[in-house]
Amino acid sequence: MSQKGLVIKEKIVSESPRDHLIRKERFPHIWCPGCGLGTVLKCYVEAIAASSIPEDKHVVISGIGCTGRIAGYVRLDSYHVTHGRPIAFAEGMKIVRPDLEVTVISGDGDLVTIGGNHFIHAIRRNVDINVFLVNNFIYGMTGNQMGSTTPLGAKSSTSPYGCPEPPFNLPLLAAALGAPFVARWTTLHTRQLAEAMKKAFQVKGFALIEIISPCPVGFGSYNELREGKDYIKLFLENCIVDHSADLNKAAISLRPGEPIILGNFIQREMPSYHDFELEVFKKAGWLK
Amino acid sequence: MSLKIIREPINKYIQKIPLGLIHVIPERCKECGYCIDLCPKDVLTVSEERNIKGYRWPKIADGKASECIACRMCEWICPEFAIFVVEADRREYE
Ligand SMILES: Cc1ncc(C[n+]2csc(CCOP(=O)(O)OP(=O)(O)O)c2C)c(N)n1
Ligand code: SF4
Ligand code: SF4
Ligand code: SF4
Ligand SMILES: [Mg+2]
Repeated sequence: MSQKGLVIKEKIVSESPRDHLIRKERFPHIWCPGCGLGTVLKCYVEAIAASSIPEDKHVVISGIGCTGRIAGYVRLDSYHVTHGRPIAFAEGMKIVRPDLEVTVISGDGDLVTIGGNHFIHAIRRNVDINVFLVNNFIYGMTGNQMGSTTPLGAKSSTSPYGCPEPPFNLPLLAAALGAPFVARWTTLHTRQLAEAMKKAFQVKGFALIEIISPCPVGFGSYNELREGKDYIKLFLENCIVDHSADLNKAAISLRPGEPIILGNFIQREMPSYHDFELEVFKKAGWLK
Repeated sequence: MSLKIIREPINKYIQKIPLGLIHVIPERCKECGYCIDLCPKDVLTVSEERNIKGYRWPKIADGKASECIACRMCEWICPEFAIFVVEADRREYE
């Protein structure tokens, strides 16, 4: 039926088409205006909707922090575990229940500062989990202390004159440890991020996506990024997509004129922990 | 031969430009401005009204009613699941 002559207006509604995948009764969520975490959640939900894996096979594990709250907003089986330990929890879950699609979504402080050792060893073992690491360059929830991802010279509550340490170059670290899938996107690159998440679900082994995300209220307030739009400007001006980038040069400085390199950097097939484990089980005579 | 003739697409008469119908959930909006700033067609602006938390949600700007091309940039970037777009056939409306 034709609607010709109708005045088109925005329609006021109370539910979104993806509400069946979020705990809508807890919305609006706790994140600040302009925080990138809601967009990370949106991309994850879109990736799930577009993936061929049934919703009841997806599991989310988060640690502590603003990012850690994601586990409480997905309408999936989800676990909010101790600080720094979601990767350890996820490894156990995947080993016991290999039929599940296990995804860790947690913060930079949680996963590579407090929980850095689990990160390193899970990649070395090549356990088949997805890690979506939200890097806002800071310990957000506890009051904006610097951590291992804070760029050299960036300010924070514990580095008011500038961070005196260079940060982790996470794609290089994960690639060096043998991860079969390594990507980095920002929350501005929503479709690319959701595509990368979909790819990560298909990977047999450890899949890392580093997600650069605005924290205008925390990190941003110390570093002239006080509003979401300041981050959008930063991303538009500095991001370069290069899937075959030299990862030695992929560290993030946030200095003007120095690029933030994005892409699906590593996509390769590697034997996973579960292959090694099968071999051992066979030798031990535990498998018929 | 003029350039204009060369550049006319051969499927001009069957090609359709999508029309987006914008849907908003006012109580979820936190007025971050992402949807407004990132819309490639400048379709959106802030409403005059405020929600219970004091934020002004997005509405269609004057004269932009049929400009939305349903690219869904606003929907993807919105951290609050507060805006989404349903695609319609432009020819049905114009
Ligand atoms: C064992 C333990 N140590 C410290 C804390 C305090 N703590 C809570 S959240 C947090 C920072 C989390 O930072 P990040 O993972 O980057 O998350 P963000 O808030 O930035 O998203 C810290 C240190 C804690 N809850 N438990
Ligand atoms: S403090 Fe930063 S990371 Fe935490 S909710 Fe606010 S903007 Fe987001
Ligand atoms: S992006 Fe979402 S939260 Fe931000 S102003 Fe638009 S509708 Fe509101
Ligand atoms: S769908 Fe695209 S064109 Fe339409 S309002 Fe959203 S951003 Fe603008
Ligand atoms: Mg953080």
